[in-house]
Amino acid sequence: MADLTVITRQALDEVAACADLAALEDARVRWLGKKGSLTAQLKSLGDVDAAERPAAGARINDAKEQVRAALDARREELRSADIERRLDAGRIDVTLPGRGEEQGGLHPVTKTRLRIETLFRRAGFEVASGPEIEDDFHNFGALNIPPDHPARAMHDTFYFPDGRLLRTHTSPVQIRALLEHGAPLAIIAPGRVYRCDSDMTHSPMFHQLEGLAVGENVSFANMKAVLHGFLQAFFERDLAMRLRPSYFPFTEPSAEVDMSCVFCDGKGCRTCRHTGWLEISGCGMVHPSVLRASGVDPERYIGYAFGAGIDRLAMLRYGVNDLRPFFENDVRFLRQFRTFGA
Amino acid sequence: MKVPYSWLAEWVKVPWQAPELGSRLTMAGIELEALASAAPPFSGVVVAQIVSAEPHPQADKLQVCRVSTGSGATLQIVCGAGNARAGLKSALALVGAQLPGDLTIKAAKVRGVESQGMLASAKELGLAEASAGILELPQDAPLGRPLREYLALDEPVLDLNVTPNRGDAMSVVGIAREVAALAGTKVSGPAIGGAPAGHAERLAVSLEAPAACPRFAGCILRGVNNRAEAPLWMRERLRRAGVRAISPVVDVTNYVMLELGQPMHAYDLKKLRGGIRVRRAHAAELVTLLDGQAINAPADVLLITDDEGAVGLAGIMGGLRTAVSAETTDVFLESAYFSPDAVLGRARRLGLQTDASQRFERGVDPTQQGRAIERAIALLTPMAGGTAGAVEVTQSAAHLPQRSAVALRAKQLTRVLGVELSAERVEAALAGLQMQVTRNASGWQITPAAHRFDIGIEADLIEEVARVVGFEAIPETDALGPQRFRSLPEEHPPEGAVLGMLAARGYQEAITFAFVDPALQERLFPGRPALALSNPIASDLSVMRVSLWPGLLRAALENQRRQADRIRLFEHGTRFEAGDGSPRETDTLAGLACGARLPEQWGVSKDMRAAAEFYDVKSDLAALFVATGEPRSFRFEPGSQPALHPGRTARVLRCGQPVGWLGELHPTLVQALDFTYPPILFELDFDAALAVKRASYEEISRFPQVRRDLAIVVDESVTLSSLAERVTLAASSLLRDLRIFDVYRGPGLEKGRKSVALGLIFQAISRTLTDDDVERLMASVIGDLRENLNARIRE
Repeated sequence: MADLTVITRQALDEVAACADLAALEDARVRWLGKKGSLTAQLKSLGDVDAAERPAAGARINDAKEQVRAALDARREELRSADIERRLDAGRIDVTLPGRGEEQGGLHPVTKTRLRIETLFRRAGFEVASGPEIEDDFHNFGALNIPPDHPARAMHDTFYFPDGRLLRTHTSPVQIRALLEHGAPLAIIAPGRVYRCDSDMTHSPMFHQLEGLAVGENVSFANMKAVLHGFLQAFFERDLAMRLRPSYFPFTEPSAEVDMSCVFCDGKGCRTCRHTGWLEISGCGMVHPSVLRASGVDPERYIGYAFGAGIDRLAMLRYGVNDLRPFFENDVRFLRQFRTFGA
Repeated sequence: MKVPYSWLAEWVKVPWQAPELGSRLTMAGIELEALASAAPPFSGVVVAQIVSAEPHPQADKLQVCRVSTGSGATLQIVCGAGNARAGLKSALALVGAQLPGDLTIKAAKVRGVESQGMLASAKELGLAEASAGILELPQDAPLGRPLREYLALDEPVLDLNVTPNRGDAMSVVGIAREVAALAGTKVSGPAIGGAPAGHAERLAVSLEAPAACPRFAGCILRGVNNRAEAPLWMRERLRRAGVRAISPVVDVTNYVMLELGQPMHAYDLKKLRGGIRVRRAHAAELVTLLDGQAINAPADVLLITDDEGAVGLAGIMGGLRTAVSAETTDVFLESAYFSPDAVLGRARRLGLQTDASQRFERGVDPTQQGRAIERAIALLTPMAGGTAGAVEVTQSAAHLPQRSAVALRAKQLTRVLGVELSAERVEAALAGLQMQVTRNASGWQITPAAHRFDIGIEADLIEEVARVVGFEAIPETDALGPQRFRSLPEEHPPEGAVLGMLAARGYQEAITFAFVDPALQERLFPGRPALALSNPIASDLSVMRVSLWPGLLRAALENQRRQADRIRLFEHGTRFEAGDGSPRETDTLAGLACGARLPEQWGVSKDMRAAAEFYDVKSDLAALFVATGEPRSFRFEPGSQPALHPGRTARVLRCGQPVGWLGELHPTLVQALDFTYPPILFELDFDAALAVKRASYEEISRFPQVRRDLAIVVDESVTLSSLAERVTLAASSLLRDLRIFDVYRGPGLEKGRKSVALGLIFQAISRTLTDDDVERLMASVIGDLRENLNARIRE
């Protein structure tokens, strides 16, 4: 049986030498196949002495097992080498840019407006709107600005031949909302407004935010809380706010709203003209004549109103120091604001 | 309004330095706009006297002066001013002096003669726009004294912004009253009146429009020397307040106006014919004004007239015929009260806004006319001589404005402000503003001072209280309201989601002006009526847009000019249509794509780098329409729109109603506007096109789907939508989906025919479809197409 040891040795050597799966299969057939050399050994058992036969059979089976195990092991080796090779060939340059359309974006003024709308909605205000072509009554008369009122000189109004005009502020929405819904009411009305004025800091079209809250128990103190709360939420920081008495025909008392400069934290810089304060809004308690013109009883209801420039809020939030690029629509400018949400 | 600190201090004890004063006034509603010194910075200039002035040996127009500064040797100064003369006291810029405009004075030879400094003019010191010669100082000016010190040129001047409701604050005294209220002191100031009349002459005044002019004070002055010059202190004060000195009579009337807020006018008495009548203008009555311009006064304007006609527009500007001049010796001074209603708006309409009209429009104290004349006389006679007669006040008492008491309820004050203020604090605030305060059961009865035109209702008083106690005294209080759920109709898509979808598909949002170039708009929409502005800011921004396309096209061109080669823009805004009666505003979403389908990148086919076409943008609209919940309600139908390519224009319909347009810009416009790539444009009515139908669940089949492809040849005129309609009809409800995977025209096909490859996907909800089922359905489709669309089936 020395033969068997030699054969086994030979088979194991051959299996180890197989370079691919096809060669391995050949080897399996040659050694373990129906006509394979080791199978032939079993067939020759008949020639062996009956007493030795079981032992001889066991030895042959051992040898077959040994070769089969070697075949399996080698097959596994060759398979994983093959996968490795294919993975290696499939390597790509992950630093190449992706394919397809590029991302567009929203205008910074729209982003700012949507942010403002979200904040005020959370505080219980609804968003209202009104026409951009207005009549004298809604833009001026109902807001306590009769013809020849000196305050009209502050509004450089665009007119149409029939006497209609482009609204100079979003305040007419106050009148429309009250006439339509009555009190109590809490709205904001963002929108485009127009003044015939154009230079470094003025655009003939710009965006305003109007706010109005009317109820039986609405006070100046509430207005202060809402404005301060809004400014802090909008700028996502603590900031100081002060109200300065001012004059608007449609509110009384009226105030200008200053907030501590967001660039220097009130220390004084170029943006705030070294005052530490930025003028950000105008506000006041709705004038009784305005409530009356809007069909609301000024004895029963009190209201506050405020207005602010959305473009200015956008400028301060994004650090844009010039109003004009907002309306030049240069994509190199617009693309800078392609961030999520607002 | 410019207020020199010292002038204010003459009328009230100011407990604050100028910056603090400015911020106190600002926080009380009179905003400090600027704080500056009375003169720009300069140094090294002293009071000096010309001891002698000799002609320059080399130059006719120059003199060589010996100048004394009071100590040390006299200095030799070469001077070219005509008024340089021995004995004159003037301003000397010493060697080393720094003058405004970065000028440093050096010792120099002027035409061969040494000059050890420069005698300076008001202009050279930044004290005037122009000057005729060197500065002339009074004889008592102390030699050697630095000029800044002598003229108090470091005095702060406050530039204050007085709001239109506060006519009463448009004067030094008006500001003094505010300061007194804030500081808790009283207005003082020079004593006025009491001088005896020097003669008995008077001029008859008749008030023929007593409601418009219920009070008119006048006074005759004789023997005035109007050639004299007002003293330096007065000229300096006027200059600091922003008014040019002219002659003693004019300067005094201006001074009194700035000080007391009472506009005045001086007539040359010799030129007045008969007495004064104050009346309304006859229609288009001719008035020649002080500045020489002749106007036709409309009938609602109030005139001052004499026997020969108008001598002035009341409260606005005097007339030329009776104007004072250097020769004037006899003067009639006018100090009248014109009601705001009689002046309001007139000056602006006539383009004649003056210091006087601004004050009368806002309201002048109706009690101070006599006082103002007394003040003027007291100022004028010492400087220009003359004898004043009695101050005659003509008035119609019934027409004088009355200040009636206004009730202030303590409860309402607390309710409006949201803070409870003590009665003492409220009373102190109002009394400080010279209001009469009477306490009663519910609060107070307040009678405002005569000069407070703005106090008529309770809210006015609440404002005054809040202003004086300070807005910082009012807390920030959160409002507590009912927690009501407001409706959130799913029909209205969230704007951010719509805009965000376009952004995600590569579009950049633009914001363009609502007024556009009429020429461009007319090219795009010939004959479409547009609303034209009466007063546009520029001719190319003069009509309201009827579409967002003019603005978007212009923005695209600007970007193309800035070398952007691939442009995707959209805008959400209003377009305006001239309707019968009122204009129509439509909330609109529009966009534009121009240039390559995809940005330049590696690994995409050449095809995808070709210029975007109709179908590329159509898929962007399709994405929006899917999000409306009913994409099948939309149809694109061949349309006609002058701005667009006639063969590449679609009207967008939703449920049969037009909701927008999609198309390629007309080739002649592409060329005329100089576009590199033809822009594809779309425009949708935001509400109609994008209203959302709530999504609703539909059962999903668990059985396999079967696909059959079909290539058919049809006439070019057969649109895909009519083809799809026939297929859908013929295939029954078992057709789940219909895909178009190829459209071919060219070799192998008859001219005028095209081949369309369709993928039909069948699926039943409750069973597996058999081959027989599908064959029957396909036969039905093929039969229908053959019969109705003259289709040939390609094998």
